[in-house]
Amino acid sequence: MALALQTFSTVKDANAALKAAGTRYLGGGTLVVRAVNEGDVSVSGFVRSTEPSLSAIAVSGGKVRIGASVTMAAIARHPDLAPLARAARAVGGPAIRNMATVGGNLFAPAPYGDFTVALLALDATVSSDSGELPIETFLATRESNHAIVTAVGFSLPVEGGFRFLKVSRVKPKGVSVLSVATVLEQAPDGTVSSARIALGCMADRPMRARAAEKALAGRTLTSDGIAPALAVASDGTSPATDPIASAWYRTQVLPVHLGRLLLG
Amino acid sequence: MAKVPVQFTLNGAEKAEFIDSGTTLLNALRDKIGDTSPKGGCHQGTCGACSVIIDGELRLSCLTLAETCNGAAITTTSGLSEGGVLHPLQRAFLDAFATQCGFCTPGMIMAAKVLLDHTPSPSREDVVEALSGNICRCTGYEPIIQAVLTAARSNSQHAA
Repeated sequence: MALALQTFSTVKDANAALKAAGTRYLGGGTLVVRAVNEGDVSVSGFVRSTEPSLSAIAVSGGKVRIGASVTMAAIARHPDLAPLARAARAVGGPAIRNMATVGGNLFAPAPYGDFTVALLALDATVSSDSGELPIETFLATRESNHAIVTAVGFSLPVEGGFRFLKVSRVKPKGVSVLSVATVLEQAPDGTVSSARIALGCMADRPMRARAAEKALAGRTLTSDGIAPALAVASDGTSPATDPIASAWYRTQVLPVHLGRLLLG
Repeated sequence: MAKVPVQFTLNGAEKAEFIDSGTTLLNALRDKIGDTSPKGGCHQGTCGACSVIIDGELRLSCLTLAETCNGAAITTTSGLSEGGVLHPLQRAFLDAFATQCGFCTPGMIMAAKVLLDHTPSPSREDVVEALSGNICRCTGYEPIIQAVLTAARSNSQHAA
Protein backbone atom coordinates (compact mmCIF):
# COMPACT_ATOMS: atom_id res chain seq x y z
CA MET A 1 0.00 0.00 0.00
CA ALA A 2 1.27 3.43 -0.84
CA LEU A 3 1.72 5.92 1.98
CA ALA A 4 1.01 9.60 1.50
CA LEU A 5 3.97 11.97 1.37
CA GLN A 6 3.55 15.50 2.70
CA THR A 7 6.18 18.03 1.60
CA PHE A 8 6.68 21.31 3.48
CA SER A 9 8.88 24.26 2.60
CA THR A 10 9.82 24.85 6.24
CA VAL A 11 11.10 22.57 8.99
CA LYS A 12 8.62 24.18 11.37
CA ASP A 13 5.61 23.02 9.35
CA ALA A 14 7.13 19.58 8.86
CA ASN A 15 7.66 19.29 12.62
CA ALA A 16 4.00 20.10 13.16
CA ALA A 17 2.91 17.45 10.64
CA LEU A 18 5.14 14.86 12.34
CA LYS A 19 3.00 15.08 15.45
CA ALA A 20 0.43 12.86 13.69
CA ALA A 21 0.74 9.24 14.78
CA GLY A 22 2.57 6.94 12.38
CA THR A 23 4.29 9.67 10.37
CA ARG A 24 8.02 9.39 9.74
CA TYR A 25 10.45 11.95 8.39
CA LEU A 26 11.72 11.10 4.91
CA GLY A 27 15.35 11.98 4.27
CA GLY A 28 17.11 9.94 1.58
CA GLY A 29 14.69 7.05 2.00
CA THR A 30 17.38 4.45 2.65
CA LEU A 31 16.05 3.70 6.14
CA VAL A 32 12.39 4.75 6.14
CA VAL A 33 11.29 3.63 2.66
CA ARG A 34 13.27 0.46 3.23
CA ALA A 35 11.33 -0.16 6.46
CA VAL A 36 8.03 0.37 4.65
CA ASN A 37 9.10 -1.93 1.79
CA GLU A 38 9.91 -4.56 4.40
CA GLY A 39 6.39 -4.30 5.78
CA ASP A 40 6.78 -1.97 8.76
CA VAL A 41 3.10 -1.25 9.37
CA SER A 42 3.86 1.28 12.10
CA VAL A 43 4.55 3.83 9.33
CA SER A 44 1.40 5.42 7.94
CA GLY A 45 2.79 8.48 6.17
CA PHE A 46 5.95 10.33 5.14
CA VAL A 47 6.81 13.94 5.93
CA ARG A 48 9.69 15.88 4.44
CA SER A 49 10.93 19.44 4.25
CA THR A 50 12.65 21.14 1.33
CA GLU A 51 14.06 24.02 3.40
CA PRO A 52 17.33 24.96 1.63
CA SER A 53 19.40 25.18 4.83
CA LEU A 54 18.93 21.42 5.27
CA SER A 55 21.07 20.84 2.17
CA ALA A 56 23.82 23.36 2.92
CA ILE A 57 27.42 22.76 3.97
CA ALA A 58 29.15 25.71 5.65
CA VAL A 59 32.82 25.70 6.61
CA SER A 60 34.34 28.76 8.19
CA GLY A 61 37.04 29.40 10.76
CA GLY A 62 37.53 25.68 11.32
CA LYS A 63 33.86 25.21 12.19
CA VAL A 64 31.68 22.98 10.07
CA ARG A 65 27.91 22.91 9.78
CA ILE A 66 26.38 20.18 7.65
CA GLY A 67 22.64 20.33 6.93
CA ALA A 68 20.77 17.15 7.80
CA SER A 69 19.75 16.49 4.17
CA VAL A 70 23.34 16.60 2.89
CA THR A 71 24.23 13.25 1.34
CA MET A 72 27.27 11.09 1.97
CA ALA A 73 28.33 11.70 -1.66
CA ALA A 74 28.22 15.48 -1.14
CA ILE A 75 30.44 15.18 1.95
CA ALA A 76 32.85 12.81 0.21
CA ARG A 77 33.45 15.27 -2.65
CA HIS A 78 33.51 18.52 -0.63
CA PRO A 79 37.08 19.90 -0.72
CA ASP A 80 36.94 21.35 2.80
CA LEU A 81 35.73 18.07 4.29
CA ALA A 82 38.53 15.91 2.87
CA PRO A 83 39.41 14.42 6.30
CA LEU A 84 35.86 13.04 6.50
CA ALA A 85 35.73 11.67 2.95
CA ARG A 86 36.87 8.23 4.05
CA ALA A 87 34.07 7.97 6.59
CA ALA A 88 31.45 9.24 4.11
CA ARG A 89 32.63 6.75 1.49
CA ALA A 90 32.35 3.93 4.04
CA VAL A 91 28.57 4.18 3.79
CA GLY A 92 26.87 1.90 1.25
CA GLY A 93 27.60 1.79 -2.47
CA PRO A 94 27.54 4.75 -4.88
CA ALA A 95 23.73 4.87 -5.21
CA ILE A 96 23.20 4.71 -1.44
CA ARG A 97 25.75 7.50 -0.93
CA ASN A 98 23.83 9.68 -3.40
CA MET A 99 20.72 9.25 -1.26
CA ALA A 100 21.71 8.59 2.37
CA THR A 101 21.81 11.74 4.49
CA VAL A 102 23.74 12.86 7.53
CA GLY A 103 20.49 13.23 9.46
CA GLY A 104 19.39 9.72 8.60
CA ASN A 105 22.73 8.23 9.53
CA LEU A 106 22.25 9.51 13.08
CA PHE A 107 19.28 7.16 13.39
CA ALA A 108 20.75 4.14 11.62
CA PRO A 109 20.82 1.09 13.90
CA ALA A 110 23.92 -1.13 14.08
CA PRO A 111 25.43 -2.54 11.91
CA TYR A 112 24.75 0.69 9.98
CA GLY A 113 25.55 4.28 10.92
CA ASP A 114 29.29 4.33 10.18
CA PHE A 115 29.35 8.07 9.55
CA THR A 116 27.82 8.75 12.95
CA VAL A 117 30.83 6.98 14.48
CA ALA A 118 32.97 9.67 12.87
CA LEU A 119 30.66 12.42 14.16
CA LEU A 120 30.83 10.95 17.67
CA ALA A 121 34.63 11.01 17.64
CA LEU A 122 34.45 14.62 16.42
CA ASP A 123 32.22 15.40 19.42
CA ALA A 124 29.64 16.94 17.08
CA THR A 125 26.50 18.75 18.10
CA VAL A 126 23.10 17.84 16.70
CA SER A 127 20.69 20.71 15.97
CA SER A 128 16.94 20.78 15.70
CA ASP A 129 14.28 23.47 16.15
CA SER A 130 14.28 22.54 19.86
CA GLY A 131 17.95 23.45 20.23
CA GLU A 132 21.36 21.85 20.13
CA LEU A 133 22.43 18.62 21.81
CA PRO A 134 25.84 17.00 22.24
CA ILE A 135 25.85 13.99 19.93
CA GLU A 136 26.32 11.55 22.80
CA THR A 137 23.17 12.84 24.52
CA PHE A 138 21.33 12.83 21.22
CA LEU A 139 22.27 9.22 20.48
CA ALA A 140 21.23 8.06 23.94
CA THR A 141 17.76 9.49 23.48
CA ARG A 142 17.28 9.30 19.72
CA GLU A 143 14.14 7.12 19.85
CA SER A 144 12.31 9.72 21.92
CA ASN A 145 13.55 12.65 19.84
CA HIS A 146 10.65 13.85 17.72
CA ALA A 147 12.05 17.15 16.40
CA ILE A 148 13.54 16.98 12.91
CA VAL A 149 17.33 17.10 12.99
CA THR A 150 18.37 20.14 10.97
CA ALA A 151 22.17 20.01 11.08
CA VAL A 152 25.30 18.66 12.69
CA GLY A 153 28.19 20.88 13.70
CA PHE A 154 31.78 20.22 14.73
CA SER A 155 35.27 21.67 14.65
CA LEU A 156 37.53 20.45 11.88
CA PRO A 157 40.27 18.26 13.39
CA VAL A 158 43.88 19.32 13.05
CA GLU A 159 45.77 17.87 10.08
CA GLY A 160 46.05 14.12 10.58
CA GLY A 161 44.19 14.30 13.88
CA PHE A 162 41.16 12.36 12.67
CA ARG A 163 41.35 8.70 11.79
CA PHE A 164 38.63 6.34 10.63
CA LEU A 165 38.48 2.64 9.93
CA LYS A 166 35.62 0.45 8.81
CA VAL A 167 36.07 -3.30 8.89
CA SER A 168 33.89 -5.32 6.54
CA ARG A 169 34.21 -8.75 4.99
CA VAL A 170 33.11 -7.78 1.47
CA LYS A 171 35.36 -5.31 -0.34
CA PRO A 172 34.97 -2.53 -1.27
CA LYS A 173 31.40 -2.32 -0.02
CA GLY A 174 30.21 -4.40 2.87
CA VAL A 175 28.26 -4.07 6.08
CA SER A 176 30.40 -3.30 9.12
CA VAL A 177 31.93 -5.89 11.37
CA LEU A 178 32.84 -2.76 13.29
CA SER A 179 34.06 0.75 12.69
CA VAL A 180 36.40 2.96 14.71
CA ALA A 181 37.00 6.70 14.60
CA THR A 182 39.54 8.59 16.66
CA VAL A 183 40.38 12.24 17.22
CA LEU A 184 43.79 12.50 18.85
CA GLU A 185 45.80 15.49 20.00
CA GLN A 186 49.47 15.02 20.72
CA ALA A 187 51.84 17.10 22.82
CA PRO A 188 55.13 18.24 21.26
CA ASP A 189 56.87 15.21 22.82
CA GLY A 190 54.49 12.89 20.93
CA THR A 191 52.44 11.81 23.91
CA VAL A 192 48.68 11.81 23.58
CA SER A 193 47.23 14.89 25.27
CA SER A 194 43.60 14.13 24.45
CA ALA A 195 41.83 11.25 22.79
CA ARG A 196 38.30 10.59 21.68
CA ILE A 197 37.62 7.08 20.41
CA ALA A 198 34.23 6.16 18.94
CA LEU A 199 33.14 2.63 18.11
CA GLY A 200 30.48 1.40 15.69
CA CYS A 201 28.76 -2.01 15.93
CA MET A 202 30.05 -2.50 19.48
CA ALA A 203 26.60 -1.66 20.91
CA ASP A 204 23.17 -0.98 19.42
CA ARG A 205 24.41 2.50 18.50
CA PRO A 206 27.80 4.23 18.22
CA MET A 207 29.57 4.56 21.58
CA ARG A 208 32.69 6.13 23.07
CA ALA A 209 35.48 3.86 24.33
CA ARG A 210 36.01 5.85 27.54
CA ALA A 211 38.33 3.37 29.24
CA ALA A 212 40.60 3.22 26.20
CA GLU A 213 40.60 7.03 25.92
CA LYS A 214 41.68 7.34 29.53
CA ALA A 215 44.35 4.67 29.17
CA LEU A 216 45.78 6.43 26.12
CA ALA A 217 46.29 9.79 27.83
CA GLY A 218 49.95 10.62 28.29
CA ARG A 219 51.07 7.60 26.26
CA THR A 220 52.96 7.52 22.98
CA LEU A 221 51.55 5.96 19.82
CA THR A 222 53.81 2.91 19.92
CA SER A 223 52.99 -0.76 20.40
CA ASP A 224 53.94 -0.54 24.08
CA GLY A 225 52.34 2.87 24.50
CA ILE A 226 48.91 1.83 23.28
CA ALA A 227 48.87 -1.62 24.95
CA PRO A 228 46.96 -0.46 28.06
CA ALA A 229 44.32 1.21 25.86
CA LEU A 230 43.88 -1.90 23.74
CA ALA A 231 43.52 -4.03 26.88
CA VAL A 232 40.44 -2.06 27.91
CA ALA A 233 39.09 -1.30 24.39
CA SER A 234 36.11 -3.62 24.84
CA ASP A 235 35.10 -2.26 28.25
CA GLY A 236 31.42 -1.40 28.29
CA THR A 237 30.72 -2.78 24.83
CA SER A 238 27.74 -5.00 24.09
CA PRO A 239 27.96 -5.88 20.40
CA ALA A 240 25.21 -7.75 18.61
CA THR A 241 25.48 -11.15 17.02
CA ASP A 242 24.20 -10.78 13.48
CA PRO A 243 24.86 -12.39 10.08
CA ILE A 244 28.01 -10.27 9.69
CA ALA A 245 29.78 -11.31 12.89
CA SER A 246 29.16 -12.75 16.34
CA ALA A 247 29.42 -10.61 19.43
CA TRP A 248 32.40 -12.72 20.51
CA TYR A 249 34.20 -12.10 17.21
CA ARG A 250 33.61 -8.36 17.35
CA THR A 251 34.96 -8.22 20.89
CA GLN A 252 38.02 -10.26 19.94
CA VAL A 253 39.01 -8.23 16.87
CA LEU A 254 38.26 -4.75 18.22
CA PRO A 255 41.68 -4.32 19.93
CA VAL A 256 43.45 -5.54 16.78
CA HIS A 257 41.76 -2.96 14.55
CA LEU A 258 41.96 -0.17 17.10
CA GLY A 259 45.67 -0.91 17.39
CA ARG A 260 46.16 -0.73 13.64
CA LEU A 261 44.31 2.57 13.49
CA LEU A 262 46.35 4.09 16.33
CA LEU A 263 49.67 2.92 14.89
CA GLY A 264 48.76 3.57 11.23
CA MET B 1 -6.57 7.87 -1.54
CA ALA B 2 -6.25 10.94 -3.74
CA LYS B 3 -3.90 10.61 -6.68
CA VAL B 4 -1.02 13.02 -7.05
CA PRO B 5 0.54 14.20 -10.32
CA VAL B 6 4.15 13.42 -11.21
CA GLN B 7 5.99 14.81 -14.17
CA PHE B 8 9.55 14.11 -15.30
CA THR B 9 11.50 13.25 -18.38
CA LEU B 10 12.26 9.58 -18.89
CA ASN B 11 15.04 8.92 -21.36
CA GLY B 12 14.41 12.32 -22.91
CA ALA B 13 10.62 11.97 -23.26
CA GLU B 14 8.17 13.95 -21.12
CA LYS B 15 6.11 11.74 -18.83
CA ALA B 16 3.16 12.77 -16.67
CA GLU B 17 1.08 10.41 -14.55
CA PHE B 18 -1.29 10.41 -11.62
CA ILE B 19 -0.06 8.06 -8.94
CA ASP B 20 -0.91 7.11 -5.37
CA SER B 21 1.05 9.34 -3.01
CA GLY B 22 4.04 7.46 -1.64
CA THR B 23 4.51 5.23 -4.70
CA THR B 24 8.13 4.34 -5.27
CA LEU B 25 9.76 5.43 -8.51
CA LEU B 26 10.37 1.76 -9.29
CA ASN B 27 6.67 0.95 -9.12
CA ALA B 28 5.72 4.11 -11.02
CA LEU B 29 8.16 3.29 -13.82
CA ARG B 30 7.22 -0.37 -14.08
CA ASP B 31 3.50 -0.39 -13.35
CA LYS B 32 2.31 3.02 -14.55
CA ILE B 33 4.72 4.06 -17.28
CA GLY B 34 5.62 0.61 -18.54
CA ASP B 35 9.42 0.83 -18.40
CA THR B 36 10.31 -2.55 -16.93
CA SER B 37 14.07 -2.21 -17.33
CA PRO B 38 14.65 -1.33 -13.64
CA LYS B 39 14.14 -4.55 -11.67
CA GLY B 40 12.70 -4.99 -8.20
CA GLY B 41 15.16 -7.27 -6.42
CA CYS B 42 15.41 -6.72 -2.69
CA HIS B 43 13.44 -3.47 -2.23
CA GLN B 44 15.91 -2.75 0.59
CA GLY B 45 18.66 -0.86 -1.20
CA THR B 46 20.98 -3.85 -1.09
CA CYS B 47 20.99 -5.38 -4.58
CA GLY B 48 21.13 -2.41 -6.98
CA ALA B 49 18.88 -4.07 -9.60
CA CYS B 50 16.53 -1.05 -9.53
CA SER B 51 19.33 1.50 -10.15
CA VAL B 52 18.41 4.43 -12.39
CA ILE B 53 20.13 7.75 -13.13
CA ILE B 54 18.33 10.81 -11.77
CA ASP B 55 19.77 14.18 -12.83
CA GLY B 56 23.11 12.54 -13.51
CA GLU B 57 23.34 10.65 -10.20
CA LEU B 58 22.90 6.95 -9.61
CA ARG B 59 19.89 6.29 -7.37
CA LEU B 60 17.89 3.33 -6.19
CA SER B 61 14.38 3.61 -7.58
CA CYS B 62 12.97 1.17 -5.00
CA LEU B 63 13.79 3.62 -2.17
CA THR B 64 12.95 6.82 -4.07
CA LEU B 65 9.41 8.14 -3.97
CA ALA B 66 8.19 9.12 -7.45
CA GLU B 67 6.81 12.43 -6.19
CA THR B 68 10.30 13.56 -5.19
CA CYS B 69 11.36 13.29 -8.85
CA ASN B 70 9.07 16.01 -10.20
CA GLY B 71 10.96 17.94 -12.86
CA ALA B 72 13.88 15.50 -12.85
CA ALA B 73 15.62 13.88 -15.83
CA ILE B 74 15.57 10.11 -15.39
CA THR B 75 17.59 7.66 -17.43
CA THR B 76 17.00 3.92 -17.48
CA THR B 77 18.68 1.16 -19.44
CA SER B 78 15.75 0.99 -21.86
CA GLY B 79 16.70 4.46 -23.09
CA LEU B 80 20.31 3.70 -24.01
CA SER B 81 20.05 2.20 -27.47
CA GLU B 82 19.61 4.60 -30.37
CA GLY B 83 17.75 3.64 -33.53
CA GLY B 84 18.10 -0.04 -32.73
CA VAL B 85 21.85 0.25 -32.19
CA LEU B 86 22.97 -0.89 -28.76
CA HIS B 87 24.90 1.44 -26.45
CA PRO B 88 28.60 0.48 -26.20
CA LEU B 89 27.99 -0.79 -22.65
CA GLN B 90 25.15 -3.02 -23.79
CA ARG B 91 27.27 -4.30 -26.70
CA ALA B 92 30.20 -4.98 -24.36
CA PHE B 93 28.01 -6.84 -21.86
CA LEU B 94 26.75 -9.09 -24.66
CA ASP B 95 30.20 -9.68 -26.15
CA ALA B 96 31.84 -10.40 -22.78
CA PHE B 97 29.07 -12.77 -21.58
CA ALA B 98 28.61 -10.34 -18.71
CA THR B 99 24.95 -11.24 -18.45
CA GLN B 100 23.57 -14.63 -17.53
CA CYS B 101 20.11 -14.55 -15.97
CA GLY B 102 20.06 -10.83 -16.79
CA PHE B 103 18.23 -9.63 -13.70
CA CYS B 104 21.09 -7.48 -12.39
CA THR B 105 22.15 -6.27 -15.84
CA PRO B 106 20.09 -3.06 -16.17
CA GLY B 107 21.28 -1.90 -12.74
CA MET B 108 24.88 -2.82 -13.54
CA ILE B 109 24.68 -0.90 -16.82
CA MET B 110 23.26 2.18 -15.06
CA ALA B 111 26.06 2.10 -12.48
CA ALA B 112 28.63 1.64 -15.24
CA LYS B 113 27.15 4.45 -17.32
CA VAL B 114 27.44 6.95 -14.48
CA LEU B 115 31.05 5.87 -14.01
CA LEU B 116 31.95 6.31 -17.69
CA ASP B 117 30.07 9.62 -17.91
CA HIS B 118 32.36 11.03 -15.21
CA THR B 119 35.47 8.88 -15.69
CA PRO B 120 35.85 7.94 -19.37
CA SER B 121 39.03 5.90 -18.77
CA PRO B 122 38.47 4.17 -15.45
CA SER B 123 40.92 1.85 -13.72
CA ARG B 124 39.83 -1.62 -12.70
CA GLU B 125 39.53 -0.33 -9.11
CA ASP B 126 37.26 2.47 -10.31
CA VAL B 127 34.99 -0.10 -11.97
CA VAL B 128 34.89 -2.35 -8.90
CA GLU B 129 34.04 0.64 -6.73
CA ALA B 130 31.36 1.88 -9.13
CA LEU B 131 29.67 -1.53 -9.24
CA SER B 132 30.03 -2.16 -5.51
CA GLY B 133 26.37 -1.47 -4.80
CA ASN B 134 25.16 -3.96 -7.41
CA ILE B 135 24.88 -7.66 -6.69
CA CYS B 136 25.20 -10.38 -9.34
CA ARG B 137 24.66 -14.00 -8.32
CA CYS B 138 25.54 -15.53 -11.70
CA THR B 139 28.71 -14.23 -13.24
CA GLY B 140 31.20 -13.88 -10.40
CA TYR B 141 31.57 -10.24 -11.53
CA GLU B 142 34.74 -10.67 -13.59
CA PRO B 143 32.99 -10.65 -17.00
CA ILE B 144 31.04 -7.56 -15.92
CA ILE B 145 34.21 -5.72 -14.89
CA GLN B 146 35.83 -6.68 -18.19
CA ALA B 147 32.76 -5.52 -20.15
CA VAL B 148 32.85 -2.08 -18.53
CA LEU B 149 36.58 -1.75 -19.22
CA THR B 150 35.99 -2.84 -22.83
CA ALA B 151 33.18 -0.31 -23.26
CA ALA B 152 35.44 2.42 -21.89
CA ARG B 153 38.15 1.48 -24.41
CA SER B 154 35.68 1.42 -27.29
CA ASN B 155 34.34 4.82 -26.22
CA SER B 156 37.84 6.31 -26.20
CA GLN B 157 38.49 4.84 -29.67
CA HIS B 158 35.33 6.49 -30.96
CA ALA B 159 36.38 9.77 -29.40
CA ALA B 160 39.89 9.60 -30.89
